[in-house]
Amino acid sequence: MAGKTLYDKLWDDHLVKQRDDGSALIYIDRQLLHEVTSPQAFEGLRLAGRKPWRLDANIATPDHNVPTTDRDKGIEGIVDPVSRTQVETLDKNCDEFGILEFKIKDQRQGIVHVIGPEQGATLPGMSIVCGDSHTSTHGAFGCLAHGIGTSEVEHVLATQCLVQKKMKNMLVKVNGKLAPGVTGKDVVLAIIGKIGTAGGTGYAIEFGGEAIRGLSMEARMSICNMSIEAGARVGMVAVDDTTIDYVKGRPFAPKGETWDKAVDYWRTLHSDDDAEFDKVVELDGSAINPQVSWGTSPEMVTGVEGSVPDPEQEADPIKREGIVRALKYMGLKPNQKITDIQLDRVFIGSCTNSRIEDLREAAAVVKGRKVSPSLKQAMVVPGSGLVKAQAEQEGLDKIFIEAGLEWRDPGCSMCLAMNADKLGQGEHCASTSNRNFEGRQGFGGRTHLVSPAMAAAAAVTGHFVDVRELMN
Amino acid sequence: MRAFTQHQGVVAPMDRSNVDTDMIIPKQFLKSIKRTGFGPNLFDELRYMDEGKPDQDCSQRPINPDFVLNQDRYKNASVLLARANFGCGSSREHAPWALDDFGFRVIIAPSFADIFYNNCFKNGLLPIVLPEEVVDQLFRETEENEGYQLSVDLEAKTVTTPSGESFSFEVDDFRRHCLLNGLDDIGVTLEDADLIKDYEEKRKQTAPWLFNAGH
Repeated sequence: MAGKTLYDKLWDDHLVKQRDDGSALIYIDRQLLHEVTSPQAFEGLRLAGRKPWRLDANIATPDHNVPTTDRDKGIEGIVDPVSRTQVETLDKNCDEFGILEFKIKDQRQGIVHVIGPEQGATLPGMSIVCGDSHTSTHGAFGCLAHGIGTSEVEHVLATQCLVQKKMKNMLVKVNGKLAPGVTGKDVVLAIIGKIGTAGGTGYAIEFGGEAIRGLSMEARMSICNMSIEAGARVGMVAVDDTTIDYVKGRPFAPKGETWDKAVDYWRTLHSDDDAEFDKVVELDGSAINPQVSWGTSPEMVTGVEGSVPDPEQEADPIKREGIVRALKYMGLKPNQKITDIQLDRVFIGSCTNSRIEDLREAAAVVKGRKVSPSLKQAMVVPGSGLVKAQAEQEGLDKIFIEAGLEWRDPGCSMCLAMNADKLGQGEHCASTSNRNFEGRQGFGGRTHLVSPAMAAAAAVTGHFVDVRELMN
Repeated sequence: MRAFTQHQGVVAPMDRSNVDTDMIIPKQFLKSIKRTGFGPNLFDELRYMDEGKPDQDCSQRPINPDFVLNQDRYKNASVLLARANFGCGSSREHAPWALDDFGFRVIIAPSFADIFYNNCFKNGLLPIVLPEEVVDQLFRETEENEGYQLSVDLEAKTVTTPSGESFSFEVDDFRRHCLLNGLDDIGVTLEDADLIKDYEEKRKQTAPWLFNAGH
């Protein structure tokens, strides 16, 4: 019998019941809640007269709607009354049901996918869900983590379980070493460019290979975060010393003897040597250049040295039509060089790239330089209050402000523009977020997905440039 | 949940692939704390020429005459015909809520994104996967015949055209069972409450760090 994949192990460890019809009850160790996808779930509980099954499995924080200025005003600082109601509703629900919440003025508040790992509330081997597709982020810790809809948020609150069908196994192996200046974000964009935005549909992806093993936890989080942009709900990396070192000492992490016991278990969380995958995709990590998306789907991406494609060269009529539509929306011409794309705004933040390492990488590029006068705005939005404090302790805030970037308060911000931070119609943005869909960052806005270092390089030049040209 | 057994209705063709849930219902409408009322903002950025705002009277807004759902022949559509990877992106259940609120009961495509597909079943909406060439044929027939309707039978797992041509589709037994009977799946899961408690007791022994951490 073949060995087990990491996903097989996580599945087996959380299996409560295998039903005859092919579905299964899977136990959920951790649920993260935010204000956008939870109000209807709490209302559902109330209407059915149900109570949460296990309070301590849940952690909540407002992130999508929160403003990134005037945080000291708290909820009063939310100008939009509809947004304010949603954040107030989360507070009320958490208070009523007794769920731990990092409220808007708590320093531990932040983007759900940043605060879970930061607190050690994300631990290796856990099953983790959240009403947010970027829950795949937590798979970087060898977790079974994925996004769910609001009905399932209610289901997990009420039963601590989900009804699931097992997915297929895919291994994405990134061989070799990454070149300096090439980050986790570039790796995942290159993967999506290769397998397509539906390439991972129906699969749980494990990211492996020398390049992945050499990455930090935060870079691995950026990669797993965007699994969903390749169609896979679940993205994972096997546990190793890097994982365990990152978790150690965090507030929710086990201590003493329990820690030792946990580490013994965590060390088993990798695919067996003889495990069989339904699909294997290999990439040469050393050949990956800094990536820039040019279109309106994350698969529409190329290296910074490349050009916008020519739809005439595409044989598939549906794809050709997709390229034509994307170029029209993006205001780009066939064969235009990526480095010739002029920008209006730069956004450094989001659950993909707002952790301390991301901010360090961006700060290293802008240090001693100035934001291009051709830009309307360049902003940095840290992923949590604690990331912000850490950055300020390291003096990164001063580097950004000195260079002319805005230094904001934590939240999802311009990644999806539910708060006041958004693009104007027709504006081009170099963004460290995860989606370049039409209208994602604002009505008519044009998003280009890049790494924090590439966004920083774009900020100081006003257009895309290979960040390695700015590095010493 | 509303049960789904059979449905017959007018088909509207959405001829583009990778339709994402941001496109189905843009973020500004996600600020609602209700499950209903999203229909007027379904495909908001494609349907209207201006930028939509929550709680706005949409009847006064400038519409995009080229958008399929603004054409008279598709206004009462309840079957959406779509292309590959429909519903990709965000997990927002507001997407099926908006489709449902508009009046759609069935979505047919060559493939769906996983989370969206799953969310449909929680809301009495049936997503049907048919082969690419069949979907191509249905697109042709829909565009050529005004008032074109399809009949869907979940019990028999078939889609039937006006000429009587019938296509079978696959759907998981448990999803089909819940939808046919309009079951509250929380209620079904809670029938296994003892099993869940047994599992928890075992986990408290083998993985105590998973309980009451940080509290």
